[in-house]
Amino acid sequence: MMDYSRIVNQSVRAVPPSGIRKFFDIVAEMPDAISLGVGEPDFVTPGHIRDAAIDSIEQGMTQYTSNWGRIQLRALIAEYLRERFALHYAAKDEVLVTVGGSEGIDLALRAIVSPGDEVLVPDPSFVAYAAGVRFAGGVPVPIPTPAEDAFRLRPEVLRAAITPRTKAVIFPYPNNPTGSVMPRAGLTAIAEVLADTDIIVLSDEIYAELSYGGEPHVSIATLPGMRERTVLLSGFSKSFAMTGWRVGYACGPREIIEMMCKIHQYTIMCASIQGQIAAEQALSRGLENDFQDIQAMVRSYDRRRRLMVDGFEKMGLRCFAPLGAFYVFPSIAMTGLGSEAFCEKLLYAEQVACVPGMAFGASGEGHIRCCYATAVDKLTEALKRIERFVKGL
Amino acid sequence: MFDTLDMHILEILFEDARITPEQVSVMTGADVLEVRRRVKRLEDERVLIKYPAMINWERTEKEMVQAVIEVRVQPQRDRGFDAVAARIYEFEEVTSCYLMSGAYDLMVMLEAPTLKQLAAFVHAKLSTIESVTGTATHFILKTYKYGGAVFEGKGTDRRLAVTP
Repeated sequence: MMDYSRIVNQSVRAVPPSGIRKFFDIVAEMPDAISLGVGEPDFVTPGHIRDAAIDSIEQGMTQYTSNWGRIQLRALIAEYLRERFALHYAAKDEVLVTVGGSEGIDLALRAIVSPGDEVLVPDPSFVAYAAGVRFAGGVPVPIPTPAEDAFRLRPEVLRAAITPRTKAVIFPYPNNPTGSVMPRAGLTAIAEVLADTDIIVLSDEIYAELSYGGEPHVSIATLPGMRERTVLLSGFSKSFAMTGWRVGYACGPREIIEMMCKIHQYTIMCASIQGQIAAEQALSRGLENDFQDIQAMVRSYDRRRRLMVDGFEKMGLRCFAPLGAFYVFPSIAMTGLGSEAFCEKLLYAEQVACVPGMAFGASGEGHIRCCYATAVDKLTEALKRIERFVKGL
Repeated sequence: MFDTLDMHILEILFEDARITPEQVSVMTGADVLEVRRRVKRLEDERVLIKYPAMINWERTEKEMVQAVIEVRVQPQRDRGFDAVAARIYEFEEVTSCYLMSGAYDLMVMLEAPTLKQLAAFVHAKLSTIESVTGTATHFILKTYKYGGAVFEGKGTDRRLAVTP
């Protein structure tokens, strides 16, 4: 008998599988279930973007591209970041096109982390960071960002977590799962803590376009002294409803981006050419019409965001008012249930799927993540069912 | 002047006209009195015209014939196409009427209980209007999509039910 548990890489084996897998299997069997467990827009990719990809197939554009990604796309990404977020990157060697934002996270970690290095990971946050750190041989160090701090990273908490082994800090704002954002004042304080260190900021800004409340997203890389120590990670999935195309990008100091490109070159070769051409269409049209599609999408999410916060507050669940992404993260503490038990009971009792907060780290316990990228009538119905469930506890 | 709140109100009601001012207030953060005031203004300015339900009559017992008619007209001095358009759209059979660019001038959409009545409308009423110089009638066989809603087939949500 082969003992595979000894054969497989031990650091891979030690990473627990994503905690929400079993919910997925249960929901798949329930025809009337309303899923607030999704993590993608409820829009399909706009027609003009799909057409651009179809045209490219018909024209026989079916080859590899440069490892870095098509120069046309990189130039558009650079222009887009300059126009929308006042970020300045050279298309030639500071922009790398990746297979979704997720590949960018993995590449950045592998390019930076040496065995035993510590990477600070705000908790709660997206499930892939800590796993990625482990795969890279590093040690993920959770830094709590509790509800009392509006799920923001506080400078003194960051300072206290830094050790001589700290190589990088993940900076996931706007945040999945909480919807928390970092306003400029908060960023300035973080920048001051990092100023005299060699710590690299991996700023995951995939939700940057989904910011509410009138304050546009500010990238930490725009703060004085931060560009040289920041790798910006983003992609097209959330802001252009292009999740399945798998196109993302990483921008940063040439020396780091080159290392990331080296790994990318030997593992991925390049992102799919159709995805890249579709992304070019998304950006060039957006730059022409001031990103009207995004503006309309943001207005629509903003209404649903308010609807959800109001719905949870009215049923007696404290709900942090998020200013980014498309999730609400209400507290279920008053029910006395753990987040996993709550989600499981809710699913069986009312056929509403949410994601337990603890899937995003220990500080997420006592909360559930609900995605509001779903039609208003479904959200209203889901709120009704959750309320009935909570009242019946 | 249209601001973001106006846009919110219009987009919400376009999606579902049953949403109450109280719900609009929740979804926009605007005071409910302000929402009512805005709705009133949008109605007065005839931006908000009517709040009908979208019905797929093909699924009912109702007998009905629908047609699109391309109409060529002689524009009138000083009044252009507006006067003749008004003469046409005042007929109760006419459900929509548009001024068009291209090979013809007005596109008229019609509804009548029977083919006979629809045919009668075209030759007795429409063709006899003085400035109408020609018509071409096309019958609607099936409605796939109307006003942004898909009538045939179900909209599908292809997303995974749970993603991190």
